[in-house]
Amino acid sequence: MSDIYLTSFKTFFKIGLFTLGGGYAMIPLIEKEVVDNHKWMTREELLDVIAIAQSCPGVFAINLSTFVGYKLRNTRGAICTSLGTALPSFIIILLIAMFFRQFQDNHVVAAVFRGIRPAVVALIAVPTFNMARKAGIGWANCWIPILGALAIWAFGVSPIAIIVIAGVFGWLYGKFIAPTEQ
Amino acid sequence: MIFLQLFITFFFIGLFGFGGGYGMLSLIQGEVVHHWHWMTTSEFTDIVAISQMTPGPIGINSATYCGYTAVHNAGMGNAMAILGSITATFALVLPSLILMILISRMFMKYMNTSVVQSVFMGLRPAVVGLLGAATLLLMTSDNFSTPSQNPWQFWISTALFAATFVGTMYFKINPIRMILYCALAGLLLLY
Repeated sequence: MSDIYLTSFKTFFKIGLFTLGGGYAMIPLIEKEVVDNHKWMTREELLDVIAIAQSCPGVFAINLSTFVGYKLRNTRGAICTSLGTALPSFIIILLIAMFFRQFQDNHVVAAVFRGIRPAVVALIAVPTFNMARKAGIGWANCWIPILGALAIWAFGVSPIAIIVIAGVFGWLYGKFIAPTEQ
Repeated sequence: MIFLQLFITFFFIGLFGFGGGYGMLSLIQGEVVHHWHWMTTSEFTDIVAISQMTPGPIGINSATYCGYTAVHNAGMGNAMAILGSITATFALVLPSLILMILISRMFMKYMNTSVVQSVFMGLRPAVVGLLGAATLLLMTSDNFSTPSQNPWQFWISTALFAATFVGTMYFKINPIRMILYCALAGLLLLY
């Protein structure tokens, strides 16, 4: 038995540990390790896998590492790589969570977080507009995100319900309305 | 009981979390703040800030942190809170793991069919709406204060919001660097 399980775990642990700023920042690092260093996949294969991992639900980095792990050693390989990706985050956050409570009421920390909170709200507003551009939102379909946002914000509808409804309507549209438009 | 609720909640978040880490944040917020009342809006905002500044995927970071905070806020001890973070993280990862294995094993060929494509055609604009809702839901007096309550903090917060928005959107300033600038501004102006 090869030590590919350990190697793949260590590789993805390193990827999880050194990427700041979310899943998409991991792509160059994964490319370097998986394609260039270990040659587990070709660049073209990785691009296909990235496209699928992006369109599927769940954490992008976990989706991607599961794919690579599965290709290496099926289910066991997938468990090794996804565990490797998740573990550094888990350990770091747990340590912070355990110690942050003791500083939360400290005046300096409180002031720092009063400054950070509006910034975080802006950091969530920016991808809203970037994603609107990528999703091709224009005058014809801007009512979908607006209606969705209002339903959640003003009427307390669960975001999960919005996702399910949007998926069903997309399917119905493709099945019944799009064919008649041609 | 809270562990079962955490597991089911984060399993569904993992299953329906489209649109990357930020898309997932609106689901997490909807469940942990508005549905279950496990934490306040400002506690959640702090979790997002810390998840952004620490390495790793934002979804995993915030699930771990939310699991810990939820159990801790329920009045249980540290060991239980750690179990809560394990539960939330594991539950978030599980649907990805199952789904990706299924896709690599048998559904690879279905990913380009017209049915899947039309479902995504409906999902993409909805995810934009989800992100918009997450932004609106975080614009609270907890995070910004109000003009009557504390005008100084309100206007500084609004300015920091605008600066971060313009800075990351148009000048492509690194978000982590932007958070650090705002932390410094908070320390100097909002102490």
